[in-house]
Amino acid sequence: MEMNQYLEVFIEESKEHLQTVNDALLKLEKDPTDLTIVSEIFRSAHTLKGMAATMGYQDLADLTHKLENVLDAVRNEQMSVHTDMLDVVFDSMDDLEWMVTDIASGGEGKKDVQRIVEKLRQIENGESPEEQPASSEPESAGGPVPTAGVQVDQFEQTVLKESMDKGYNTYEITITLDENCLLKGARVYMVFEQLEQVGEVVKSTPTVDVLEAEDFDLEFSVLVITEAALEDLKERILKVSEVQSVVIEPFKFEEETVAAAVEEEVLEVAKPQQTAPEAPKQAPKAEETQNSQKQTQNKTIRVNIERLDVLMNLFEELVIDRGRLEQISSELNQPELQETVERMSRISGDLQNIILNMRMVPVEQVFNRFPRMVRQLARDLGKEVNLSVHGAETELDRTVIDEIGDPLVHLIRNALDHGLETPDVRKASGKESMGTIELRAYHSGNHVFIEISDDGAGINRDKVLDKALSNGVVTPEQASTLTDRQIYELIMASGFSTADKISDISGRGVGLDVVKNTIESLGGSITIDSTYGEGSTFSIQLPLTLSIISVMLIEIGQEKYAVPLSSIIETAIIQKEDIMYAHNKKVIDFRGKVVPLVFLEDVLGTPESERKHENHYSVVVVRKGDKMAAIVVDSFIGQQEVVLKTLGTYLTNVHSVFAISGATILGDGQVALIIDTNALIK
Amino acid sequence: MTQSQMEETKVIVFQLKNEEYGVPVNQVGSIERVQHITRVPNSPDFVKGVINLRGIVTPVVDLRTRFGLEELEHQENTRMIIVQMDQMHVGLVVDAANDVIDIPQEAIEPAPEVVGSVEADYIKGVAKLEKRLLILLNLDKVFSNAEVKQLQSVEG
Repeated sequence: MEMNQYLEVFIEESKEHLQTVNDALLKLEKDPTDLTIVSEIFRSAHTLKGMAATMGYQDLADLTHKLENVLDAVRNEQMSVHTDMLDVVFDSMDDLEWMVTDIASGGEGKKDVQRIVEKLRQIENGESPEEQPASSEPESAGGPVPTAGVQVDQFEQTVLKESMDKGYNTYEITITLDENCLLKGARVYMVFEQLEQVGEVVKSTPTVDVLEAEDFDLEFSVLVITEAALEDLKERILKVSEVQSVVIEPFKFEEETVAAAVEEEVLEVAKPQQTAPEAPKQAPKAEETQNSQKQTQNKTIRVNIERLDVLMNLFEELVIDRGRLEQISSELNQPELQETVERMSRISGDLQNIILNMRMVPVEQVFNRFPRMVRQLARDLGKEVNLSVHGAETELDRTVIDEIGDPLVHLIRNALDHGLETPDVRKASGKESMGTIELRAYHSGNHVFIEISDDGAGINRDKVLDKALSNGVVTPEQASTLTDRQIYELIMASGFSTADKISDISGRGVGLDVVKNTIESLGGSITIDSTYGEGSTFSIQLPLTLSIISVMLIEIGQEKYAVPLSSIIETAIIQKEDIMYAHNKKVIDFRGKVVPLVFLEDVLGTPESERKHENHYSVVVVRKGDKMAAIVVDSFIGQQEVVLKTLGTYLTNVHSVFAISGATILGDGQVALIIDTNALIK
Repeated sequence: MTQSQMEETKVIVFQLKNEEYGVPVNQVGSIERVQHITRVPNSPDFVKGVINLRGIVTPVVDLRTRFGLEELEHQENTRMIIVQMDQMHVGLVVDAANDVIDIPQEAIEPAPEVVGSVEADYIKGVAKLEKRLLILLNLDKVFSNAEVKQLQSVEG
């Protein structure tokens, strides 16, 4: 079967469903009696199962099927939610995720799911998952004696029994196909379709897989729960062509004793539920829920990110040409041309906004994976933690989103591992035993901020300093001049680790220095605030997008450079006599603040600067956090939108270059370098 | 026949001073004429800067400076060989590039202790072809920053 064209959709949607289930499970853990959550999980699992079966991923379908059974039991209030059960469910989610990832990377999604399926089956049957399988269960060994062609297990039997109590009819239908029937599988499908319009097929003999594979003779039986009358069913099935005969009988239960035993068992399991406040009634019928799901869907289309990247690249070319046109038109000074170019610039500006917006993705995509991770880590570390997430709807460019995940994972791990104390330590210091980790995202100007704060132990300033001194990260002379914040930031220096013992969580040879580097390579920055004993906050500042930025073009000697507009406060011209000296360094008074002068020609070693003879300086005042610097340049060329390009792996990895964060191509086709103002401010 | 073809290496031959060098053709993206180079401040002296190579900003290394030869003004024959390695694109400025030849495996000999003016470290081997002597470069070593770091630590 040609499935490739659906594969992408399948993977995409499977991931979405897994995420939904994951999120809902975490919600459920907090509020185990909310059956609407269970229904939500059930719906997603059900869809996933259907998709997996259609695509032929049997292991995936099997596991989801078992999961669905457990959920169904919960949904029908035959079983209550408890931690052991959730653990197994989470485990099976891990397996499902593994399989989907495997499929996404070209594998077949095959995994031995026997063990986990067995665990799920035990839960489904109300056993504790620790108990040993089947043999310890006499009923299943004996097995219910079938009254007819369709065999039902205990669980199905309770479902049947319950639906009968609720006034549904259960029928056992035996269908015989015509001898000359060519496409038996298709007929079976049509019969099922007819039945599912009025009820639900609980079980079939032979199983659906066998039926689909056309691996049966001419006869098959199904067990149906429906509100419809017997005659109606018969009529519907006979409408399907090539059906020879239909026999419908009400389903008969076998010996009362088995049923009673089952009931008892179910009651046992359901007990804790009774103490809970009135739980919502039985979830609506499957068909209805499907409809409501459809209504909430937005009118959107899925676009392959690669296509968006191509669009972006093409647009970048356009931005470069636009720059060139603007240059030509200002040189030619021809009104008609200027007018057209201005118009074009405006339109392409609008277009740029649209394209950039199209690439904006809520950080939710990254944040989503954290609750699960935190739950697992907290268990591994024996800590109690409450993760609260704010601003998940904040949007960032897709390219930034892709890069920011790993650093955040690292910081959250760090907060859990080194930040939060164990419950008894917390209690001893008068805190609640449950710690809090807060994850917050918000927009501010041209930037997005992401903060990770914890109410843990905070950073021990002296310990950090000691370690930095012994590791040679700072010299004793430097140490005496450092502010607290600068000391905290030492933990991000390369080769630094404050952990006394290497733990499984963060002792993987990757330190915070990698986090810092990743963030800085994205054009962002990270700062640390901490109060010893009360907790720490890691704050990350990121640019909205990586590819097109506004810059101020400046000139020094014969060379042109670009300064990102986002870091510029303003440009100014200062007289030489206004320059003052502090610590033998040139500074100016800028709106009441003392701001150091940075001579770019010295930093960059520019040949032949001509400015020497003038009696004033052109400066660009830039900031990094709350610190400022005035960069002295020869002249301003003007503001321009440029496409950010990297300097190439060679100049970024092999020979890293100081004070240059990237490059761009100007209208004349030449390369201009982008100044990293952050590096200029100490 | 197929066997012997397998054992031949196709190389791009270029000239530096009066010696001929070779790099495997599969590592060469293109050969360009010299165009405007934007200087990159604070980079090693053999990094001449970056160029706009059809929309990709590509660093340019002057091989003469890299190998410690005297610098030469760019001339009519000066070329940039764009080489690729592990996602890395670098342009190499050479005196001239004008030949593509097949070198049979048996013509390649390990690098002698010292060959001409270039440190043996860069050299993968030499190929003797009748009267020509080709120096085969080890681009890994040409790009590596080992002794650059050394230089910096001496300066600092």
